[in-house]
Order: sequence, then C-alpha cells, then structure tokens
Amino acid sequence: MRILLRYIAYDILRSRMIIAYTLFLLLMSATMFSIESNPGKGLLNLLNIILIVVPLVSIIFSTIHYYNSYEFIELLLAQPIPRQRLALGQFLGVGTALALAYLIGVGIPVLLTGFSAAALSLVLTGVMLSFIFVALALLAAVRTRDKARGIGVALLLWFYFALLYNGIVLFLLFAFSDYPLEKAVIAFVSFNPIDLGRILVMLHTDASALMGFTGAVMQQFFGSGWGVLYAVMIMLLWFGLPLWGSVRSFSRKDF
Amino acid sequence: MIQTHDLRKKFGKLCALNGISVDLQQGKGVSLIGPNGSGKTTFIKCLLGMVLPDAGQICFEGQSIAQSWDYRKHIGYMPQIGRYPDNMRVRQVFDLMIDLRKDCHCGALDEELIEEFGLKGSFDKPMRTLSGGTRQKVSACLAFLFNPAVLILDEPTAGLDPIAAEALKAKVLREQQKGKLVLMTSHILNDLEELTTDVMYLVEGNLLFFQSVETILEQTQERRFAKAIAKIMTNQGQNQHIPSLQKVVL
Repeated sequence: MRILLRYIAYDILRSRMIIAYTLFLLLMSATMFSIESNPGKGLLNLLNIILIVVPLVSIIFSTIHYYNSYEFIELLLAQPIPRQRLALGQFLGVGTALALAYLIGVGIPVLLTGFSAAALSLVLTGVMLSFIFVALALLAAVRTRDKARGIGVALLLWFYFALLYNGIVLFLLFAFSDYPLEKAVIAFVSFNPIDLGRILVMLHTDASALMGFTGAVMQQFFGSGWGVLYAVMIMLLWFGLPLWGSVRSFSRKDF
Repeated sequence: MIQTHDLRKKFGKLCALNGISVDLQQGKGVSLIGPNGSGKTTFIKCLLGMVLPDAGQICFEGQSIAQSWDYRKHIGYMPQIGRYPDNMRVRQVFDLMIDLRKDCHCGALDEELIEEFGLKGSFDKPMRTLSGGTRQKVSACLAFLFNPAVLILDEPTAGLDPIAAEALKAKVLREQQKGKLVLMTSHILNDLEELTTDVMYLVEGNLLFFQSVETILEQTQERRFAKAIAKIMTNQGQNQHIPSLQKVVL
C-alpha cells in the first residue's frame, strides 16, 4: 500500500494538470491577500473560491485518473497483492498528491501571512475536502464502467454538494420560516462536507458575528471544543464511508 | 498445475464462460484459440482473479484461488494492452513491480528479455513517450522478470516488430523447456505454431476441445498447425449446430 502510494503520488505530482492546479491556488492566495489589507477578509474570499475549486478539481481529477489507469490497475491486480490494498493505495496516492498540491498552493501562503485559528482551519478544511472528494470520486468511478458516465456522475455529485444542496436548504428554511430551525440547520450542515468546512472556517473569523441568530446558535455549538470535535468527526465519516464503500465495490468487481 | 472445474461467468445476458473444465499441466504450452468474444480473455482474467466467476472452481497446485492472492506470485502476466502511468519512467515501472513483489520473490531477476530488447537504453524515458510496441516490450519483460512458474500471455506478439517477436518466442520456448506452464492467446496462428503443445478451443464460452497438437494434426490430416486450426475454424463456421455462428455466416 505504501509502495503504491509513493509511486502513484509521485506520478501525479509530475502531471501538468496538478502543477497547473497548484499554480492556480498559489495565484489565488496571493491575489486575495494582496487586494485585501485585512487578512481576515482575504481569508474569507479565499475560502469561497476554495470551497468551489478544491472539491471540483479533486473529484474530476481522480475520476479521470482512475479511468486512465484502468489498464495499469488490471496489471497490478495480476500481482500478488490483495485487492483492498490496491484500492487503498490508489486512493491514498491520488489523495496525497492533491492534498500536497493544496498545501503548497494555499497552506504555505495562508500560514505565511498570519498564523491564526481561522488560517489553520482553512488549511485543514481544504485537506479534508480533498480526501473526501477523492473518496467520493473513487466510489462513483469504481461502480461505473463507462468513462463518460463516470465523469458525469462525478460532476453531478460536485454540483449537488457545491450548489444544489444549499438551494434545497434555503428553500426549506424559507418554507418553514415560522418554526425555530436553528437546531435543524446544524443537522442540515452535517449532510454536506462543503458546508461543514465553510462553518468550521467562518466561525473562527469575525464574519460569524454577521450571521444572525442562526450564527449565534452555531457559534454556541461549533464554537466549543465539542462542536469542533463533532465537525471533524462528521468530516471523517464523510471520508470514511465512501472510502469503505469504494474499497468494498473494488474488491467485488470484475475487471 | 492449474485446474478449473465447471467455470461459469455471465456478463448480463452474455455468457462468457459456460462450464469450462480443464487441467493445465507443467511444461505445456497451451494456446487459447477462438473467435473474437469467445471468452479467451475472460478465462485468463478468471485465472488471475480479476474476474470473479459465478460458479465453478479454480485450483492452483491443488489450492482453491477464491479469496486468495498469494498464488499470484507464481504467475507472470502480460496483458493485451499495456498502458502505464504517463509520468513514470520505464525504470520506475520496473522498480514499482520489484518493490511490490519483493516480499514474495527472492532469487535473481530474469533480465534476459530486457537485454535482448535493448530496453536499458529507454530506461529514463517517461512511459507516455513510448510507442505501442515499446510498451508491449515493457509488459513482456515484466511478465518474465520474476521467473514465475506460470506465464500467461494475452496476444503477446501483437504490435511487436518481427525481431522482437522472434526474441519473445525464443524466450517463451526456453522457459517452457525449463518446465514452466505457458498459457497464451493469439490470432496469429503462425506465431503460436512452435510454442504450442496443446490447444484449448473456445466458442461462445464453450470449450469445444482441449487436445494436444499431435492429435489435432492427426484428426485433420494436415501437416501444419495453422492450417489444421484454420480447417477446424472453417468447419465450425459451417456447423449448423452452433446457432450464433450461423448468424454470423448469414
């Protein structure tokens, strides 16, 4: 598994797409911090871009990577290693490469401009989102034989988590605005890793004061040590469950 | 060495393998022959554990291979299409395989084929820059590298230049004489001629026969292997008892 991780991550880190991704993230971080004099505001602007770009690149890149290395995976399957180990190695290789690209592109500039709880949570959120969306991509790709359909499913998943889900939640909040929904919102947030990441970072910035009563409830919940622990645990679930599912499907699949 | 018992596999409605029972023995050169889509590759993939059969059993040296992966250390596999990660260099592909198998392989590596193909000169090139034929050479070298007791070659000579193809054939013959089992498929019957001791003939997932070359030559009254197989294939084509072949003819 470690051997595969090393070779696969090394291969990906040298691909043009990942280099372009790293440079894009670097450019974004640099611009956000140079146009905003207040690093807190710069961080929030950066957060909004990251929450769109990181899941999109992670899910699309790993789906395409899976289909492109299909023949190589077949060759690896003929080697004396168990399938689970091969699936985990594939996942960790892609995930590590994307997380490294993120750490270089966002982690270094953010932590250089000012070390704060918000900066740290932004870096951690990005890394976790990278791994979560690689796991989701793998789950979709392993279960879909056709490449075009697999990429379509990956795009749909991203579309759902990045855009559609918020729309649905807003609609529900609007429709049931006569009821106290503050607690329900916390539950809603748990069902979307991107929103969870957003809350985690925003609560560590000044912007949380602008979020009204719901924000106050969230501040109370996620602001405590237990709340952060809860959020991280849910994030880990978001990463563990798809990974478990994809390894399971991978082990039972016909190649 | 490898026994299969009533091996069955369906992909949806398509019956890829329909009760295949064979006994592949050491020192044999078994050729898997059959029209396109007859289940040759599925059979090979079943042996390698890539395709999980619906029913039936595969035994490797008496042990069932279901849920097992350890037996694969005795197998060298050369796939039909070799595609490798774009940015890996040839050297790294070899290093990766050596690292992966280092726990179960002790003893010298067999680099004979690497020398013969002159692949050392390309060791620093990235895989994406290699031609199809050179990639095929890499696949072939990887199959022989660990001196496995069983060699499974899927269309080994497709895409290779004549010199490389001859070198590969000579290598296969040498390994076979050392007592290894070689299982191969090819549509180029002339390539198989010298290497084959037994023929497995598949049509539509059914094993039509599993015979030694001598028996086939005797029965068809031909002197050359390729002609004998061609004769069988044409006869099968006209055989009215196989409905799907009939459709093709019409």
